[in-house]
Amino acid sequence: MTPTSTFGVNTMLSSKHFFLLPALLTLIAIIVFPLLFTIRVSFSSWDVFQSGLDYIGGKNYGRVLEDERFWQSLGRLSLLSSISVCLQYTLGFALALAVWKQVRGGRVLRVLFLIPMMTTPVVMSVIWRTVFHESLGPANDILGMFGFGAVPWLSSATGAFISVLIVEVWQWTPFMFLLLLAGLVSLPREPYLAAAIDGAGTLRTFWQVTFPLMAPITIGALIIRLIEASKIMDTVYVLTSGGPGTATETSSYYIYIRGLRDFQIGYSAALSLVYLVIMIVSLTVIAKLLLRLLVGKVG
Amino acid sequence: MKYRFTTSASALAIVASSAVPVSAQDYTRFGIEQDLPGTCSYEATDAKDYSGRTLNIITHAIPVIGEPTALHAEQFAELTGAEVNVVHVPFGDLFQRIMIPFQSGQNAYDVMFYPSLWIGDFSRFLAPVPEAYVNSTGMMDVTPSFTGVATWNGEMIQYPMDGDRHYLKFRTDVFENADVQAKYLADTGNQLTVPATWEEYNQVAAYFNASDWDGDGELNYGSAEVAKRDDLMFSAFISRAAPYAKHPDVQGGFFFDLETMEPLINTPGFVRGLELFIEAQASFPPGGTNFGLGDEIFSFGGGQTLMSYSWDDAYIQANQEDSRIRNMVAAAPLPGASEVWNRETGEWDTFETPNRAPYMTWGWSSAVSSMSEEQEMGFDFLCFFSNEANAEHDMQIGRFGVNPYRNSHFDVDYWKGQGWADKTALTYVTTLSEMEESQNRVFDLRVPGVSQFMSSMANGVAEAMAGQKTAQDALDDVAKEWAEIADRIGKDRLRDAYSNVVTLEDNEG
Repeated sequence: MTPTSTFGVNTMLSSKHFFLLPALLTLIAIIVFPLLFTIRVSFSSWDVFQSGLDYIGGKNYGRVLEDERFWQSLGRLSLLSSISVCLQYTLGFALALAVWKQVRGGRVLRVLFLIPMMTTPVVMSVIWRTVFHESLGPANDILGMFGFGAVPWLSSATGAFISVLIVEVWQWTPFMFLLLLAGLVSLPREPYLAAAIDGAGTLRTFWQVTFPLMAPITIGALIIRLIEASKIMDTVYVLTSGGPGTATETSSYYIYIRGLRDFQIGYSAALSLVYLVIMIVSLTVIAKLLLRLLVGKVG
Repeated sequence: MKYRFTTSASALAIVASSAVPVSAQDYTRFGIEQDLPGTCSYEATDAKDYSGRTLNIITHAIPVIGEPTALHAEQFAELTGAEVNVVHVPFGDLFQRIMIPFQSGQNAYDVMFYPSLWIGDFSRFLAPVPEAYVNSTGMMDVTPSFTGVATWNGEMIQYPMDGDRHYLKFRTDVFENADVQAKYLADTGNQLTVPATWEEYNQVAAYFNASDWDGDGELNYGSAEVAKRDDLMFSAFISRAAPYAKHPDVQGGFFFDLETMEPLINTPGFVRGLELFIEAQASFPPGGTNFGLGDEIFSFGGGQTLMSYSWDDAYIQANQEDSRIRNMVAAAPLPGASEVWNRETGEWDTFETPNRAPYMTWGWSSAVSSMSEEQEMGFDFLCFFSNEANAEHDMQIGRFGVNPYRNSHFDVDYWKGQGWADKTALTYVTTLSEMEESQNRVFDLRVPGVSQFMSSMANGVAEAMAGQKTAQDALDDVAKEWAEIADRIGKDRLRDAYSNVVTLEDNEG
């Protein structure tokens, strides 16, 4: 390498770094700065009566540890998101398998399946609230036509939990469907030919070929949905406001109450960061477990 | 100094204009029947020139308050030549959208519309209402309660443009039906009368629950109440607990003991109120435990339920021209209590005539920011917004959310002119005006951090309503949280603020 060429490489490298700078600065502006600011705020008593960024040490974090309502909402969120994501995965996979092979009207069905995902959650929650209205909504009317009694959809703890679950599943199954269908379409044909030659039936082909081949996509889809499901807020806000009592209060809704309703900015920043750490740790563990369960077993 | 000068100049102009008789100029193109005489009438506002100047306003989403704000902003702009920008914000975001610019020292909005109970949080950022506006014709007519609500440490800092209170609404076609009265007497051994206590309210509601008492083939129910957590349910609970916890002979605080600033929210009066609230759920329509204000308005205003209590909206809706129960409703004071907790003696006191504790609940208010460079124009706008003609116009439109707040609004003939029957109009006006005269009123907890206190209370009440905790346990937890909030805010700061509320409740203002 001649000195000239070395000089040229160095120039090219520094030019490259220069061109990376805008992206880097953008990253710092939209991710790093807000995160650092939130961390700083979490060590302050910023509240409705204290607007400055004072320093109160770890008091807010101490409060989080003692905040029973926060931990209960986290437990509720875990239950809600795990049930809803499992249902979304099962239904999404079934729908994706249904339209995977050429079926009449497949293209129309694919578009129809995606409609719930494309609607605004707040608007759909308002519509679902009307559907679940216990004296005027169609849900109880339909049940009544089949001889069932009125269901307290939004006024009992179990009913409200199930209602939120139904709306979540209805809204986000299409997303799961979309990811899994993309995975199915990209699967190689050879394993299926080999299975057919070996005389494997539909079920065996699914369990021995399709499901294992879909494992990486399954893990990705489950993790993406778990991340999204853990942020559930708008549906709860519109449908139940966290009630009856605290039956449907999730962590993000609770943080919203503390931060924006009560204007406890410092404390809600601490809640958000604790929640973020818990999410990162738990989702990492879940991803590893899924990897071991689905991919490791196949290998 | 500049602003002090301009405000003073404006004051002189206002005083001068109030003396000028209103001309016959036609302003009906603005949708009013006629311009009414007053300090900030259409004609007086028309004489002002704010060309080239801008007024920024933040208000609630359309329609409630947001719609009249937009309407009068447009009119003000046309009359004065000012550029008026209106930002509409949903209720859940309104507090922080006002508070964050205040705290960060930004002059984001000149004029704000917001719930009056936030005065404790906003007081240090608001410009006092100049003397000229305090002495304006519109302001001189505002009732003492709402002048009091706008006043902080002896100074008016909010501009009254709405008046709210909770009262009872009931169906006269049922209560005054002789057959129904006879059957009620035969079945219960009691006369069917408008409930005088919350116990009676629950009994009547239970009797008429889940039966087709209006004969339309659909089931009717006993009571519609705002019971959804985070949807103004805290106000419903205050209405129910007030007569048990607000002793007419005990002064010095309803929510807190003003001396010690210890929470009183878990004292037996509040617990009794909550127990009766829980009991009443059995007489709610299906899904009634999840009713927000909109549902309550729809349920009573739509004829589904026999009784209700809250703001004026359900009453107005029930009496609109297209309502099937128009003029079949009447108003009455909130039910009272025959036993009232006396926190000084630690005993229940019995009252032969039930104790009433009218709840002057929060309504909408407005203010001008102390950081505004257009304070003069801001106050002129608010004075115009609430001028005599506009107030009269806005009160007729239920969705606007503007309710009587001036003495002149308690005019039976005015409401009869809207097509209301004699009894509907008379009971409405009498109920509202008598609340003004009560010596045992309850006001909202208008202190810094009010949202934290109310949010905590609503959560505790909701837990008890859902059966997650007993009434006593739920309110004990609320009291514990209130004590923690009070410690964080500082008891002295809280006491200073709360004394403004106690002054009103103890009739010292």
